[in-house]
Amino acid sequence: MAIKLEKRPTSLKLLIYAFIVIWLIVAAFPFIWTVWGSFKVELDFFSISDWTNALTGERTKAEYGRPFTTTGYEGAWIENHFWRNSINTFIICFFVVCTSLTIGTLGGYALSRSSYQYTFWLLVIALIFRAMPPITLVAGYMLPFFEWNIWGILPTTIVVLVAINQPFTLWMLHSFFQNIPKELDESAKVDGCTQFEAFRFVIIPAMWPGVITTGLFSFLLAYNDFAVTSMLLAENNRTMVPAIAAFLGTTYTEGNIMFAVAAVVSTTIPLFLLVMFFQKQIVSGLTAGAVKG
Amino acid sequence: MRHSTFFWFVLPTASAMVLFIAFPIISVLLQSVHAPHPAVLVEVETCTPLVGCTVETTMDQDATKAIREAEPLGRFIGLEIFFDRGHLAVKEVGEIIRNSNSFNEAFSKLSNLPFYRALAFTLTFTFIVTPFVIIFGFLIAITVNAISSHLKGLVIFFSLLPFVVTQLIGALVLFWMIDSRGILGSAAQWLASDPNLSLKASTGVMWVSLIIYGIWHAAPFAFVIFYAGLQTLPQDQIEAAKIDGASRYQQTKYIIIPHLFPLITFVALIQLMDNFRVFEPIVGFNASAHAQSLSWFIFNDLGGETRQLSSAAASSVLTIIGVSILLFPVLFRTWRDFRERT
Repeated sequence: MAIKLEKRPTSLKLLIYAFIVIWLIVAAFPFIWTVWGSFKVELDFFSISDWTNALTGERTKAEYGRPFTTTGYEGAWIENHFWRNSINTFIICFFVVCTSLTIGTLGGYALSRSSYQYTFWLLVIALIFRAMPPITLVAGYMLPFFEWNIWGILPTTIVVLVAINQPFTLWMLHSFFQNIPKELDESAKVDGCTQFEAFRFVIIPAMWPGVITTGLFSFLLAYNDFAVTSMLLAENNRTMVPAIAAFLGTTYTEGNIMFAVAAVVSTTIPLFLLVMFFQKQIVSGLTAGAVKG
Repeated sequence: MRHSTFFWFVLPTASAMVLFIAFPIISVLLQSVHAPHPAVLVEVETCTPLVGCTVETTMDQDATKAIREAEPLGRFIGLEIFFDRGHLAVKEVGEIIRNSNSFNEAFSKLSNLPFYRALAFTLTFTFIVTPFVIIFGFLIAITVNAISSHLKGLVIFFSLLPFVVTQLIGALVLFWMIDSRGILGSAAQWLASDPNLSLKASTGVMWVSLIIYGIWHAAPFAFVIFYAGLQTLPQDQIEAAKIDGASRYQQTKYIIIPHLFPLITFVALIQLMDNFRVFEPIVGFNASAHAQSLSWFIFNDLGGETRQLSSAAASSVLTIIGVSILLFPVLFRTWRDFRERT
């Protein structure tokens, strides 16, 4: 690699670094700007008269005596009970990740170990299911859920999110299991284990990297979902993302848009940490699907 | 693995998918050909001495409730909803085709019909964002691959953010910047010296912003996939090409791109599926006055005080048909490959 770098003409190297810097600004600046602005008052964050106000916080100083204020956060978390939404989000994410990993590993393992043709068709059907926009499925849930009186509560949403997650989870775990040599569980079976025992005692200890990665993606899917959670949860059970959408409706008129800004920043922080600690797993997870395709 | 063992292992995940993906599709199909029962009306004649008799039409609450509970799906109406003005608008389209003099006129009239407007935006978004995501993802991947290795981790961290962060949140973060009061919006006004330039006022600007958002959100995904592909480049081929005097451009064209080609198809497939369901950015950008997508169209019917389930179901069926058409070439190819292999 180092030798190749030296061979590049300086102009090309400059071009490469310029491009990277521009891309980094495009990718990261909006987030940095919003985090910074979330500690200002609205007139600073949206500064029509002088854009440097957003940096220095002139109006914030005039109002609160210092350039930073946490009014937005207080408004969102205390006044508008955003903490409740965050608890709901974490309940949903926890159960979605656990359930979809449990049933997904069983299915993904079987799909990777069976050599019959139907495994191929099952995977193709999963791909077709993966292509269905969630909102079209939500349209199908509404009437039966109202009829059975299970609309609006957390367990329903958890089960729905698990099911919507399954096609993706299956594909990912299937490709991870294919990388675990078949000889491993076959030798266990020769030693007298049943298929399930082979899975339980031989495969499970070897599969953690794949499971953690898949779990991360299940978490992201549940955490980031808007279409399902906003339609299937009653107002008092809302998770963070639909709560932010609801904020927008009220705050544009009431003029406390900073609540929404603070809520947005609060919701992004766990994702920031996730990317920071699990960068390798996210990258390997994204590529695991691609290697097969 | 024996059939019975396979069955028990797959049962939980398969039943989850059948119950909550396959059945809802059937449920949507059924709902789209039914409409809620109209209220049962009764005519009541009230007679008062000296004044005379009046006939009043009132709603029979009990009868209405009874029939709605007996048949929650409603009454069967066939394909009526599909052909009404809110969906395929068969009558209106026929009139437009008959009465329009030019193609452009017909096109602009068509785009006033809600379903066709949503379809037009969804298709435009899908077919502009997908190629740009592939191009930008590729450019970022080859440049990141070229920088020194201790910078790579940091660059990958920041690159992942637009993709990992919730779509609605990403859209809001960008929207607050390009809003006419935000920093980019006011910069654009200043550059164009047009104080009235605003996202909310112009359909064109809104479409472009949504497309830029789409590219910004998904380019990291393509980048990560291509970057991983670049790690497995056939080094011997590159060496051989260099010895034969191939330029950088030729190396890229004849070795790198063919090597990445399976990954490019993969990204294109995923992106077509994901962009076709575009929805959150429209909510985040508050864009529904200028741009509606098929998913937004369904969402709008489902939400609010009056849940128009039948209308939403019909739109869903049309969307599912759209997805199937998009997916058909891929499935056909997979099926052909599979046939050849066995």
